[in-house]
Amino acid sequence: MTTITLAENKEKTLKRKKRSWDRGLALFRALFLPVVALLAWEVLTRLEVLPSLLFSSPSLILSRTIELVSTGKLWEHMEISLFRALLGFLLGGGLGLAFGIIVGMNRKSEQYINPTFQMIRTIPLLAVTPLFILWFGFGELSKILLISLGSFFPLYMQAFLGVRNIDNKLFEVARIMEYTRLQQIVKLMIPSSLPNILLGIRLSLSVAWMCLVAAELLGADKGIGYMIQDARSFMQTDTVFVGIIIFALAGKLSDSFVRILEEKLLKWQDSFKA
Amino acid sequence: MDMETALEINQVSKTFNNDRGGVHVLDHLNLTVQEGEFVSVIGPSGCGKSTLLKLIAGLDSDFHGQIAVGDQEVHGPSIDRGFIFQEHRLFPWMTVEKNIAGNLSLRDSEVRSKVNHYILLVNLTGFEKAYPRQLSGGMSQRVAIARALLRNPKVLLLDEPFGALDAFTRAHLQEALHDIWEKNKTTMVLVTHDIDESVYLSSKVVVMDAKPGRIKAVVPIDLPYPRARTSRAFQEFRTVILEHLDHKPGEPDDFSI
Repeated sequence: MTTITLAENKEKTLKRKKRSWDRGLALFRALFLPVVALLAWEVLTRLEVLPSLLFSSPSLILSRTIELVSTGKLWEHMEISLFRALLGFLLGGGLGLAFGIIVGMNRKSEQYINPTFQMIRTIPLLAVTPLFILWFGFGELSKILLISLGSFFPLYMQAFLGVRNIDNKLFEVARIMEYTRLQQIVKLMIPSSLPNILLGIRLSLSVAWMCLVAAELLGADKGIGYMIQDARSFMQTDTVFVGIIIFALAGKLSDSFVRILEEKLLKWQDSFKA
Repeated sequence: MDMETALEINQVSKTFNNDRGGVHVLDHLNLTVQEGEFVSVIGPSGCGKSTLLKLIAGLDSDFHGQIAVGDQEVHGPSIDRGFIFQEHRLFPWMTVEKNIAGNLSLRDSEVRSKVNHYILLVNLTGFEKAYPRQLSGGMSQRVAIARALLRNPKVLLLDEPFGALDAFTRAHLQEALHDIWEKNKTTMVLVTHDIDESVYLSSKVVVMDAKPGRIKAVVPIDLPYPRARTSRAFQEFRTVILEHLDHKPGEPDDFSI
């Protein structure tokens, strides 16, 4: 008995070691290109092959980041940007989800609503920004509305698609089991279309970040987008880079968050994992 | 003491409309099923046996005639009539116990104990927290049976429930279904194209004819349970049904292509 368990344990630890080694290797491969690029950048600017005034350098950006963090300026800008992005996403995404489900489950509402939404969807957001500023001013409202307009459509489209993809056979089961309309929505439609809804959330979040930049570049007195715009006019290239990096990190973090959510919520799926 | 009527089918006709007019699927069907009976409906493909089951379930209400379960006329689907489909049709995002509970809350202690009871009845103890993708075909079908029985239906309708399973699993599930029927006394109507299955399980077998779907014969199977598939009496009933299906004995009975 004990020898068997010992052997099993040994095998298990070996497997665990193998797995952590694999993970380390994957991390190395993922980091390879960025690290090489950073090194090249630093060397080229040090040698003044690239003018550091225009291209900055990793070390300059790092020292600027430390300065912006220690003075608390960065957080000031980030706070308001996060607030705008989150509120805009919640408003737009929430409405998109609700409309997607309603239009998905009801043919008549599809005929009434969907063509109009599809038409609005094709309008470039930058084209309506002047109108938003005219109507809602330069304040928070116009920015938040712009962000919500952008993040409305991905979730709307995906929720709609998700509901339409539900197997009609499962609806027959729900009818036989006397599900109420509400139970059909909560216990059949939403869980069944969750893969699409989560994808919609990811797409909506990334659009929300993009709209945030557009809104803040066009007119703001605070926010990461404003910080970038302001730094550009003073030729502070390193601050511009800090802003860009913040956007990249924020986008990546929010995306990873949804992916963790996907892993948790979709563990019932029996799908291909390469 | 008279047995109560569980299901009454009265002059039921059904036509499917297509471009070239209509296809007459069911033609003035009459059938009475007593409470606690196990009735099998057998016939060649296209005889409308599955359509009939859908009409009883209320999934299709476009027909002529009357169908009544107990003293209630059928107008739509209801938990009165449980339905087992050929596929298990479990909700893939729910565990076994949640699938069985469905729209009922497992936090309700009454539901909880009922769920436990039926998991025990269909022999799935230990799989309460498994997801459908982790189950075999036979296990999934047993979950579907538990899900239907939990709603305490007056009639359980089964549409070729074991058709997609391999021979061993099928025989095993037939036994399981028979045990459930004896323990639970649920009235059952089984649509099948497997003569052995119908003779093994049923108190009577309804033989149908195709184009248009009509009842050709009703064969009561008065054999005591448990039935041995190899016994002479069993084979005799098999032959009777085969003959009704317009097959000479000795010919292969696989007529459902």
